[in-house]
Amino acid sequence: MTAVAQKRPVTLSLILSGFLILWLVIAIFPFAWTLWGSFKVEGDFFSKASWQNALFGPLTRLEHGSAFTGAGYYGAWVQEEFWRAALNSLVVVVCVVVVSLTFGTLGGYALSRSTYRYAFWLLLLALVFRAMPPLTLVSGYLLPFYQWNLWGHLPTAIIALVAINQPFTLWMLTAFFRNIPKDLDESARVDGCTPFQAFRYVIIPVMWPGVITTGLFSFLLAYNDFVVTSMLLSKQNQTMIPKIASFLGTTQTEGNVMFAVSSVVSVTAPLFLLVMFFQRQIVSGLTAGAVKG
Amino acid sequence: MKHATFLRFFLPTATAMLLFIALPIVSVLIQSVHAPHDRVVVEVENCTPFGCTKSTVIDQAATERLREEKPQGRFVGLDIYRDRSHLAFSEIGEAWNQATGAGDFFARLMNLPFYRALVFTLTYMVFVTPLSILLGFVVALAVNAIPRLFRGPVIFFSLLPMIVTPLIGALILFWMVDSRGIIGAAVQWLANDPNLSLKASTTLTWIMLIVYGTWSTAPFAFVVYYAGLQTVPQDSLESAMLDGATRWHRIRYIVLPHLMPLTVFMFLIKIMDNFRVFEPIVSFNAAAHAQSLSYFIYSDLGGETRLLSSAAATSVLTIAGVLVLLSPVLVRTWRQFGKA
Amino acid sequence: MMRTMKTALTLAALLAAGTAQAQVNCGVTSGRVNIVGNEFPAIKTVAANAAKCQTGTLTVKSNLTSTHQRINLPGMQGNPAEYTAAIIATSSIVALMNENVIRPLDALVAADGKDIPKNQLITIDGKVMAVAFMANAQHLVYRKDILSQVGAEPPKTYEDMIRIGKQIRERGILKHPIGGAYKSGWALGEEFVNMYTGYGADFFKPGTAEVAINNPRGIAALNTMKALTELMHPDFLTHDNNETNAEWKSGNLAMMNMWGSRTGVLMVKEGNDPKVAENTMVGAPMTVGGGKIPATTLWWDGWTVARNISDEDARATFLALKNGISPSILNDETMGQAVWMIAGYKPAPVNQGVMQTMAMGAKPYPMLPYMGLLHTALGEGIAPFLQGRKDAETTLADIEKAYTTAAKEKGFLK
Repeated sequence: MTAVAQKRPVTLSLILSGFLILWLVIAIFPFAWTLWGSFKVEGDFFSKASWQNALFGPLTRLEHGSAFTGAGYYGAWVQEEFWRAALNSLVVVVCVVVVSLTFGTLGGYALSRSTYRYAFWLLLLALVFRAMPPLTLVSGYLLPFYQWNLWGHLPTAIIALVAINQPFTLWMLTAFFRNIPKDLDESARVDGCTPFQAFRYVIIPVMWPGVITTGLFSFLLAYNDFVVTSMLLSKQNQTMIPKIASFLGTTQTEGNVMFAVSSVVSVTAPLFLLVMFFQRQIVSGLTAGAVKG
Repeated sequence: MKHATFLRFFLPTATAMLLFIALPIVSVLIQSVHAPHDRVVVEVENCTPFGCTKSTVIDQAATERLREEKPQGRFVGLDIYRDRSHLAFSEIGEAWNQATGAGDFFARLMNLPFYRALVFTLTYMVFVTPLSILLGFVVALAVNAIPRLFRGPVIFFSLLPMIVTPLIGALILFWMVDSRGIIGAAVQWLANDPNLSLKASTTLTWIMLIVYGTWSTAPFAFVVYYAGLQTVPQDSLESAMLDGATRWHRIRYIVLPHLMPLTVFMFLIKIMDNFRVFEPIVSFNAAAHAQSLSYFIYSDLGGETRLLSSAAATSVLTIAGVLVLLSPVLVRTWRQFGKA
Repeated sequence: MMRTMKTALTLAALLAAGTAQAQVNCGVTSGRVNIVGNEFPAIKTVAANAAKCQTGTLTVKSNLTSTHQRINLPGMQGNPAEYTAAIIATSSIVALMNENVIRPLDALVAADGKDIPKNQLITIDGKVMAVAFMANAQHLVYRKDILSQVGAEPPKTYEDMIRIGKQIRERGILKHPIGGAYKSGWALGEEFVNMYTGYGADFFKPGTAEVAINNPRGIAALNTMKALTELMHPDFLTHDNNETNAEWKSGNLAMMNMWGSRTGVLMVKEGNDPKVAENTMVGAPMTVGGGKIPATTLWWDGWTVARNISDEDARATFLALKNGISPSILNDETMGQAVWMIAGYKPAPVNQGVMQTMAMGAKPYPMLPYMGLLHTALGEGIAPFLQGRKDAETTLADIEKAYTTAAKEKGFLK
């Protein structure tokens, strides 16, 4: 691609980079605004008088003596022990991604390599499953889960999240596996590999771009989920999003809204590192595939 | 691939989906054709800190007997699907007979909650699906063209609309689009109308929801296309260049066909997601202007008295709606299946 | 970084020790207590004090969350029930009563609860079903300085409120002087319930589940609401009580009808514009249409005990929660959290609104098995009228149809 990129005419490059900068501004602006506002008090950031209060913070100055305050961060992490929720989220997210991708790559590979009609019907069925509104699903879980004493534990929520997200993972991975040429694993089979060996030694090394992209979505789903985690987890196992929701509450308590804002800002930083790390993996996966292909 | 091998690869995912999705769907189907037993209501006196009042309660002993006989509730067939809150057949018939013209019939139809919600849902879907996919594609092309050094941060920042939890993202945006918020004030300035409020008019609320929908889901299309672009076969591109193909031709004849399966996949997913839209409606407090089928489920299950059968029927109708919408894509997948 | 981590950990340890230390003898040493309820400061106080009964053999857990209404019923339907107690309010007890998951408390009150004042016991059909611990109601909140600018007394009726509102607007003091939680959904439904109660009509034909709101009083209630919204910010259909309070704090409002539990924060000087905070006053609820009963409803919050648990656990739950609402929980911090119905509670000036609501003989929110269905229908159905898309009569007729559909499904109507 670099060879192609070098030959791009100047006007096109300008248009593309201009567009990219515009997009970045639109994408970043609300978050940047939040980051700035998280150092203000609620009355300024959520002012109904004028948006300029969020910039200059007159009430923050009045209350804390300077235009910036770390009160939101202190309140969330120290007073409300947000780190517990962050730890729970870490466990849930890692487990969901690993289990989802394990189930999904096996199933998606099988679907992409099967030429029988039932594979199509299975994909269609998965689509029907995904069409089901999650709220109805989770409401249906409650009664049996309470009855069988499964309610409130992290593994229950993890399995539920994996299952609900499985149709999406399957479809996405099937689409990616279709892009990996069939001759790759077929020639391995000719060389005497079992199906699992072919999968292990031929497919796994080249599947990373697709898997990492799918993993990113599994990650975001588990990380941002509210319906499952808020209804299936007990207080001590609470993950971040229900915890943030509890800062907001139906009747907002003074100052707690800023705890929610600061929590959201502070957990975005690790995500930055994560994305930086995995975008290289996408590229390295490509090289591995290109060499073998 | 042999059946036995297929089964071994497919078993884990099948088990998870069977237990956690297929069984609940069956129970929802059963639920949607049953309703709670007739309640025997008796008049009693209630006393609270604020004095005593005449009131009614359910006669539990009488209700319990009915419940023991038939724990599922009473079978009502398709009554719930047909009632005024859902497909409203008899109301439509009435409107058809009484309407003075097409416009009047449409107005009467729009007075029925289900059809009103359907119009918003379809409008939302028709705009957000292609717009977000197109935006994502162009961003992916642009990111793919910049030096590798900058790509990491740019990818991260492009993902932000999706990363920041909708719970907070929408709350903050809700404040920003307020007529005294920064975006609201900017729109007022652009329109040169100091009384303009995005939240007060139905049309502007719809536009706001569509813009938010596009903004928050474009990163999905971007990431999928970006990953897809990494796998475009370099040798075909290079040989096309040697043959003198223009840039547009290379995109048209090599890149786009290569990305076609991903595009179909994204259309499937996005049509489905947008048809089930409800989070923005709740976060932007927009229920007075826009409702969707999923919003009805949310409202049926979240009320003080939960309407389980009604929510079940709406869920089944949602699935049916998704299948109807996706049928063209599915027929296409069916034809292509097993080839290539 | 390391140091902050350490401070955080020490603080956490201190907090944990603080809660475990204070153990109280509650007269019970074994059993299982698990409380589900909404999450706001007063309820947290009750749950924390119930948890002080914890011993080696008595476990007291709680799950306080804003999604409590979605999980309390399934969590009490099993046998044994996961939750041994639910904290509920006037309207939400009905859902638990309807499904028969809470137990009468008469025997427990007779054996262990003689000291609970009679007025805290919620009696339904002669049986004690819940114990109330706090009251709440919506009432007038006004800006002293703005009203004196136009030379007006605090309004006693909604008609006064509209008249004063117009004066404030004409004088150019504020563009949208009136506020209210008119967000489409539960809040809007509640405003109609208030207004209709003020006009003094019944929601249902007596003794039946047949709705009866499509009458001249219902239309009058809608028209008064519309007249109010004309003086509100055009976004009123998106304003819940959080948003309305934010408008108030920014000094954009002169009068509003607000929950007693939400007014305290408006009068605190920290974090507020001092000019607004100092001039914020609470007043008695308003009447409407020449009626004597205020156009508002009284609410209580209380606790119930699950049916599907052993008698031992029920007793443990009862005693733990009794400790949770004992007079000893009141201190400087908790006193202002609610209008407590506990002996020893001294109302602060901010609580006068709720106290006056009770004194004026306001009606409690109707505790009927099918009221929730009507409330939902109202909440979804009124917006088109306020937006000018429908006339009052059609609006009420459509709401009646929506309610009837739901009530038929639930088996209340044939």
